Amino acid sequence: MTDRNPDHETPPTATGRVGHPLLTTEAVQRRLGRRRRQEWRFQAYCLVAIGLALGFLLLLFSDIVRKGWQGFRQTEVTFEIFFDPEQIDPTGERDPEVLAAADYAPLWREPLREILGDVEGRRERRAAYGLISSGAVFDLQQMVMADASILGSTQSVALPMSDATDLMMKGKISRDLPEEERPLTDQQLAWLDQLRAEGLVHIAFNTRFLSSGDSRSPELAGIAGAVMGSFYAMVVTLLLAFPLGVATAVYLEEFAPQNNRWIDLIEVNINNLAAVPSIVYGLLGLAVFLNFFGLPRSAPLVGGLVLCLMTLPTIIITGRVAIKAVPPSLRQAAYGLGATPLQVVRDHVLPQALPGILTGTIIGLARALGETAPLLMIGMVAFIVDIPEGPLSPATALPVQVYLWSDSPERGFLEKTSAAILVLLAFLIVMNGAAVWMRRRFQTR
Amino acid sequence: MFIILLIAFLLVLSSVAYRVGVKRALSVGGGSARALHSLPAYHGLYMVCWGLLPALALIVVYLSVAPTLIERTIVASLPLELQAEGPQRELLLSDIESLAVGDVASQAGEVARQAAELLKSVRHRSMMGLAAICLVLGVGGAAFAHRRIELQAPAIHRVEGAVKALLFLASLVAVVTTLGIVLSLVFEAFRFFGKVSVVEFLCGREWSPQTALRADQVGSSGTFGAVPLFAGTLLISGIAMLVAAPIGLLSAFYMAEYAKPRTRSMLKPLLEILAGIPTVVYGFFAALTVAPAIRGWGEQWGLDVASESAMAAGLVMGVMIIPFVSSISDDVISAVPQGLRQASLGLGATRSETIRRVVFPAALPGIVGGLLLAVSRAIGETMIVTMAAGLTANLTANPLEAVTTVTVQIVTLLVGDQEFDSAKTLAAFALGLMLFLVTLIFNVIALTVVRRYREQYD
Repeated sequence: MTDRNPDHETPPTATGRVGHPLLTTEAVQRRLGRRRRQEWRFQAYCLVAIGLALGFLLLLFSDIVRKGWQGFRQTEVTFEIFFDPEQIDPTGERDPEVLAAADYAPLWREPLREILGDVEGRRERRAAYGLISSGAVFDLQQMVMADASILGSTQSVALPMSDATDLMMKGKISRDLPEEERPLTDQQLAWLDQLRAEGLVHIAFNTRFLSSGDSRSPELAGIAGAVMGSFYAMVVTLLLAFPLGVATAVYLEEFAPQNNRWIDLIEVNINNLAAVPSIVYGLLGLAVFLNFFGLPRSAPLVGGLVLCLMTLPTIIITGRVAIKAVPPSLRQAAYGLGATPLQVVRDHVLPQALPGILTGTIIGLARALGETAPLLMIGMVAFIVDIPEGPLSPATALPVQVYLWSDSPERGFLEKTSAAILVLLAFLIVMNGAAVWMRRRFQTR
Repeated sequence: MFIILLIAFLLVLSSVAYRVGVKRALSVGGGSARALHSLPAYHGLYMVCWGLLPALALIVVYLSVAPTLIERTIVASLPLELQAEGPQRELLLSDIESLAVGDVASQAGEVARQAAELLKSVRHRSMMGLAAICLVLGVGGAAFAHRRIELQAPAIHRVEGAVKALLFLASLVAVVTTLGIVLSLVFEAFRFFGKVSVVEFLCGREWSPQTALRADQVGSSGTFGAVPLFAGTLLISGIAMLVAAPIGLLSAFYMAEYAKPRTRSMLKPLLEILAGIPTVVYGFFAALTVAPAIRGWGEQWGLDVASESAMAAGLVMGVMIIPFVSSISDDVISAVPQGLRQASLGLGATRSETIRRVVFPAALPGIVGGLLLAVSRAIGETMIVTMAAGLTANLTANPLEAVTTVTVQIVTLLVGDQEFDSAKTLAAFALGLMLFLVTLIFNVIALTVVRRYREQYD
């Protein structure tokens, strides 16, 4: 603002002396041109700013989709597997314990060796087995455990291939790299080509990613455990935060005495709580819920409690706005008919304000679903294979799973991380979409 | 489990009480509700209030007090040499716990087995006691209410009073939360400052919280000078604001001054998506896409860039807070009275001249408030820096080096560590207290500025 515009320095006077150097036609034209260019430049800056922000959004999404879409796919190899009863259940009693403890590895190793042909010596064999995931035995074991009658028959089974094979097949690792920089040796590559030539290898939809818990091997890891952990935490959050939030909003809008110092204190409090960094809520959860009340570590229950305290201000603030928007004439009419204050709230104010309150609740829940930092504080950040059975069993949450995987050194987890992010974003998009839809309906009323 | 059963029982009891209350009210009113002051349903609810609420309150008190009391009883029963606080006692207690629940514990000794028996019996007795008192409270309360059902009894007002009291209690949760935050942070930070002086914490330039396992190791004490953390936080937040402030402000000017309503209604939610993306996603993006890219560019220019540079974290954080700046600025700019704009335009000023010389100065206080809120967001942001910034303290102003921040240290100090009396874990709470205070001050100033600004134009 320091550049002095001559227009402002010497305003044209009434006498309008012709010949003043600032007022000749050319001078005015020149200035006008400059000012127009300035105007155009400023608009361009604004557009560039918006373009940068939106461009970044696009970059972020495309980068994650590019990295993550193949996380939903998995390289598999199909073998004709003979479920040898001699190997699995020599006694023939179909005792579940025997079935569970049996060694299933020979079942798939046999056909593999047969197809590859010339695999000699221990080291070569181990290299050949390395093409297939170590999780193959669990698949076979589960098939037998689910239906013991397949023993003695030959089945066509698709088994997951190892994470190195998977990356190779998806082209994430170039074949042209020197052998020592590749996870697969030349020999293994040749075998892989042999399997492909037989038409046994294919990339299929990865159901395991959506149905199983965490694993150290990328090709076996899934998000079901994390999703369930998030689900339990969200249920706890919703069950506590919704009634508490609505009750507070109703009290502050409808019943609280005006100009009361205590009520002001509560209001200031809520506004400040909305801006407290989320990690501080984590510290609160650690100090109060875990250390003072002795609740279990890593439990979705505690996660839900912490997230509830975090979402509460959002729900209260949007709830109050929604209640405030209910026309006073509705209340007056109800009072005029002899309704008591609570009857007015229950029968007239709340039904009118409900869409707005629900919108706020969904937005608050969506934020809670994406929150990671407080969950790290209360120990929901462990390697947990089992899918949690309830709000008290140890669990992680979806965003925490993203954090854990992004930290792990295996390359295969890169696409799993991005795929988990895609699932998380899908949940958030659905929730926010629901909120927008509800707001629209609310507004048209 | 037991508690759930107890609550279920109380619910059944109260549904019975409700029916009894309704029936009683009808019989008092001579078979119809006409003579009654309140509808029969309210008499029923009145009985429910008396039957349910005292018992529920008792259960809440039990749940919050009993675990601590029971643990104290168990500790008191242990031999004296095992009573001292420390990780060993924690281990023993968890052994006792799993023994009492029925899991097989690791190397359970005779002491643990006895304590487990005691724990079982104490628990059993306390639960039975709780159940008995709840039963008495429930039935007694309902009976008391039953006797108060009369023709003129104002049951509806009594019920509404109870509900209003409940609503008031709900609104106290916010206050209790703040109290909880302040008390837990202050309490643990106080313990920390008992071990490390305040001056060292606030002014020391050396941060290496790793305390050694044995006392005789070199550097066993750990040093807790937090200046490098504050500097790192400032550096990253500064970079973030350098990104967010111009982009956010210019976007806000565009949306408020140039864009047609239709464009604006599309742009605003699009920009707000940036605020809705989980921070862990930004962190992932910063660590795996932006940081390597910056490193690659740096190498092209012959610069030495750390793989976890402050630049990457700051840039991505800046993008995250763009919507905070743009949203608030947009509101504030739209609140500038139309007359100011029209006067300026009428004098022949161009749009951009009007914005820069009239609208911007008029909206400045509000914009500053919005920027302060964004700064407090940046300071408290955790996941981006945890994933993309460094772990080791480094006192530097070079954005291409790795620095660490307050929030990163809180996470690294507390994740995976379960003992709560070392200076190391307590330091996290001291840092948390600093974080809370600083963001609180920023927020209070920002909210006051924004509110004053609004009042000015209302």
